[in-house]
Amino acid sequence: MRDFSYVRADSIEAARKAAALPGAMLLAGGTTLVDLAKCGVAQPETVVDITHLKGLDTISVDATHATLGALAKMSHVADHAGIKSHFPAVSEALWQAASAQLRNMATVGGNLMQRTRCPYFRDPSNFSACNKREPGSGCSAIGGVTRGHAVLGTSRACIAMYPGDLATALVAFDATVHLGQRVLKVDDFFLQPGDTPEREHDIRAGEMITAIEIPGSAAARRSTYLKVRDRQSYEFAAASAAVGLELETDGRTIRDLRVALGGVATKPWRARAVEEALKGKVLDEDAVRKASGLAMEGAVDHGANHYKIELAPRVVARAILKLGETA
Amino acid sequence: MTAHNIRHANTRHADSRHGDASDGAVGGRLSRVDGPAKITGAAKYAFEQQLDGLAHAVMVEATIAAGTVRAIDTRAAETAPGVLLVLTPDTIMEIKGASDWLGNPPTQKTYSPLARTVTYSGQHIAAVVAETFEQAVAAAALVEVSYDETPAIVDLSDPKAGDGIPIDAMTKEWGDAEAAFAAAPLRICAAYNTQREYQAAMEPHGLIARWQGEELTIWEPSQWLDGMARTYAEWFGVPFENVRLVSPYIGGGFGSKALALAHSAVAAASAKMLGRPVKLVLTRPQNFTSYGGRAATRQTVTIGAGRDGKIQSIVHRGVNETAIDGMWVEPLASVTSIMYATPNFSSKQNVVRVNTVVPGAKRAPGENPSAFGIESAIDELAHELGIDPLEMRLINYAEEDPEVNKPWSTRQLREAFAAGAERFGWARRTPKPRSMRDGKQLIGWGVAAGTYPVRRAYGEAVVRILADGSVEVESSSIDMGQGTYTILAQTAAETVGVPADDVVVKLGDSRYPRAGVAGGSRLAGVMTGAVYKAATSALDQLVGLAISDPRSPFHALQANTLVVANGRITAPRGDGPDVSVAELLASVGRDRIEATGDTMPANSTAEDRYKNYTTIATSVPHTEGDYSRHSWCAHFIEVRVDEDFGTVRVSRVVSALDSGRLYNPKLAESQWKGGIIMGIGQALLEEGIVDRRHGRIVNNNLADYLVPTNADIPDIEVISVGIPDLHSSVLGGKGVGELAIVGVAPAIANAVFHATGKRVRDLPITLEKLI
Ligand SMILES: Cc1cc2nc3c(=O)[nH]c(=O)nc-3n(C[C@H](O)[C@H](O)[C@H](O)COP(=O)(O)OP(=O)(O)OC[C@H]3O[C@@H](n4cnc5c(N)ncnc54)[C@H](O)[C@@H]3O)c2cc1C
Repeated sequence: MRDFSYVRADSIEAARKAAALPGAMLLAGGTTLVDLAKCGVAQPETVVDITHLKGLDTISVDATHATLGALAKMSHVADHAGIKSHFPAVSEALWQAASAQLRNMATVGGNLMQRTRCPYFRDPSNFSACNKREPGSGCSAIGGVTRGHAVLGTSRACIAMYPGDLATALVAFDATVHLGQRVLKVDDFFLQPGDTPEREHDIRAGEMITAIEIPGSAAARRSTYLKVRDRQSYEFAAASAAVGLELETDGRTIRDLRVALGGVATKPWRARAVEEALKGKVLDEDAVRKASGLAMEGAVDHGANHYKIELAPRVVARAILKLGETA
Repeated sequence: MTAHNIRHANTRHADSRHGDASDGAVGGRLSRVDGPAKITGAAKYAFEQQLDGLAHAVMVEATIAAGTVRAIDTRAAETAPGVLLVLTPDTIMEIKGASDWLGNPPTQKTYSPLARTVTYSGQHIAAVVAETFEQAVAAAALVEVSYDETPAIVDLSDPKAGDGIPIDAMTKEWGDAEAAFAAAPLRICAAYNTQREYQAAMEPHGLIARWQGEELTIWEPSQWLDGMARTYAEWFGVPFENVRLVSPYIGGGFGSKALALAHSAVAAASAKMLGRPVKLVLTRPQNFTSYGGRAATRQTVTIGAGRDGKIQSIVHRGVNETAIDGMWVEPLASVTSIMYATPNFSSKQNVVRVNTVVPGAKRAPGENPSAFGIESAIDELAHELGIDPLEMRLINYAEEDPEVNKPWSTRQLREAFAAGAERFGWARRTPKPRSMRDGKQLIGWGVAAGTYPVRRAYGEAVVRILADGSVEVESSSIDMGQGTYTILAQTAAETVGVPADDVVVKLGDSRYPRAGVAGGSRLAGVMTGAVYKAATSALDQLVGLAISDPRSPFHALQANTLVVANGRITAPRGDGPDVSVAELLASVGRDRIEATGDTMPANSTAEDRYKNYTTIATSVPHTEGDYSRHSWCAHFIEVRVDEDFGTVRVSRVVSALDSGRLYNPKLAESQWKGGIIMGIGQALLEEGIVDRRHGRIVNNNLADYLVPTNADIPDIEVISVGIPDLHSSVLGGKGVGELAIVGVAPAIANAVFHATGKRVRDLPITLEKLI
């Protein structure tokens, strides 16, 4: 880790300004930033600490929407009674993420901005080629150890998987991210790698996440986050699904369905094809399993991650079926 | 120096059936006496010492797996802020070759801990020492290395790896195994693989080295103070007595912390070159490449049997990986050759050199992978024959050691099968695979046995009875959580006859009486024997004084009628004097009684003793004399496999274990559970994953190298079925620490087969192998 200067911003404005300078980075819970600085991936010249900014850690929820301040802790959001009743998938995505200690440190703003776990990205001293770190240097992952890499949204330049759980739940429910002047859909905020894998978010110099807003809906109220992984806890998803379901008054016909996938794509992945295939249909296991396969349209594997193409549709199907059972 | 006594530490538990007095005796369930210090943070680990003038060293590692270092450009690093020293193979002081842990003399006159020829990725090639850790890290990144790279042999499956080197010493044969196999009515043959695994201790490796003239003090977590002190002494050409190793606590070793390593030499050398104490702690990634984990192994197990299930022949072939420039043999037939009675047997083993750090000991080296092979194979055979897998094991029960044809000292394995099966409810198992389920969860029940030899050596200890009636025990052995502080207090308390909370145990400093390695599950047996002997002789002196000293109130009584118990000395019928140990010492004008006890053969020379404590050359074979000595266990495990996801979760474990007499059942149970948990990790999660193009392990951190979390571990029930085994140790115990991991992985693999009908012969059993 090399020397850097440390600045405590005393207002959002000051933080934005300080962070707009070259080499400056915001510091929230630090669980991603400090980790990446130790790996030699993040080399900030200035760290702008925003953790004590007032008013950015509030959580407010009613039937119409939830607003999460960027500095709200993962653990607080996960445990919030309003989030649990109106947006169970959000709470579940959070409590299944990382570990208790990390969730007590980490903020939801920082969580959206976490970087990929690609081992090649994280080890610059051994793997100099990484288009995400050094545009144009190549991709060490392609042809290497790919068990954790993406099968959806990849490009020739990058196959790194977006590992976050929260954002997966957010894209399912059309959440937005507030950046000061601009408000973006979370789905648009995250970018696919294409030829510019170094650009992961639509965020500009001088912008900072101030809040996340999630519109309320019947589907959000009846939602779940199913995370499958080798280890029961403290591991990123092998495949996960955030699903919300609204049934017609007959109790069996699907009125609204939201499906997003985690652990399999280069960004939080909305699976609209699955939603469209099932809307208006009667919820039954065969139909659900068949439609869930559509989640993998366009999937490309790189060897060891092939299992994700098998696994992810089953995770989607099980999540939908689980919601169907809980009438 | 770290001392522990039990006062204030012995919290009584509601479930304890005994009061404090019996908890403190040998066999009592005394809680760990070092527990409170660890839980409150008061325990200071080896490299937490604060020394004046401490400088910080950081290693620079090779980023290629094979080749030579062409040049190291240190100019930028040397002028970086705070830098005191940049070491390369050219600039490090001369270090002498040292003998190995078996006591073999050095093969080279000098030793270079920094490599010019690179044989694995992560090998140390340079080091930077600076005023602060951060400065050292920053400067290390400025060291520029250029290489001439050559193709690497990545692992056992690399086409360049070849068949390897036959290890004749591993060959075991009796009868005519090939012919008997050919003639057997039922035959199975299968290949079983285990991957590279790492010890992954919470506490990383590292040390602080300080020279004062020709005297070297090393604070380093260590499983073997005297063995490592010898290495340092030989490296730097100073007498053994000049090296002091201090290791008060060890944050996990699992076999990895018994040897002084290349980075240890670098820290000690830079301290000498600078004339300042130097601290060096390996980063987590470096903990995956600076010393070896368990070698990857491949085995083929071929069994021929009759329709009655009786084994007629076992043919076993094994391979383990080793380093290009270092030899590690993982004895793969160690369980295969003794678990079942077979009239015909053949086993051969090769090692294959690959570009890795030399593999090392991880909990039950040899027995662990060996059991995965034979205990999976016997399950396959049982399935072929339609015989219950537990019944199959009883049909082939070895009544004596089939390899050396000697009786077992004790073998409570049949009792273990019975007790485990009963508690687990094995009789309710439906034999057909996929026949038990709970919704989407396929349920499987598996069984497997395990064993570990009783490794023995000689030990030494000092026991003092002090003026206040308390007892002090000293030994340079160590406690890495297994309970040495506690059981030695119990041993001294019971032997002298004082309450356990009047005993202070001092360990972890090589200035104390010498001790051999805390490895091979042997330390408890060795040290309780030595303390028992020293304490007995201290007691004899005490009683002798009571009888013979004219000032003693017991003067004129017969020695054999005095009783020392609970810190008081009495004549048996209660009609004589009743005084405390402290009062007796005061009355005879003594401030202490001191006794050194050792279990070395009577005619041992100073050289024999030195060898006993600083090498493993003198350990006593477990089949020496009339008996074959082993610990035994049987694991019954339930798994739940999600039929959509292929995820395996262990939902129930019942294990019955024979470790002979338990010096402290509570601590033994904890160690058994720890072994079982590590076995669950091995079965389901652990695997060093190598990038085949770079020959480098990529999951070299604890987020990506998965070990079980609490959520992965169900309630584990352990049952002791051991009986005292006086052929194995002075007080009747056998090994505890390594035993319980042996057999866990095959029990899980067998359960997974029962759940799914899929036989996974390649650990770990990750979800993609089942979907
Ligand atoms: C071992 C481990 C396991 C983990 N497992 C999981 C898991 O299973 N699932 C999961 O979802 N996550 C997991 N995580 C990731 C963890 O959730 C994130 O590290 C955490 O949420 C980041 O939040 P933070 O507040 O600590 O961010 P920081 O580290 O402070 O910041 C992260 C990044 O975001 C930027 N940033 C911070 N705040 C803002 C803001 N308001 N506006 C703009 N940019 C900002 C920073 O500059 C930095 O680049 C794991 C992390 C670790 C270390």
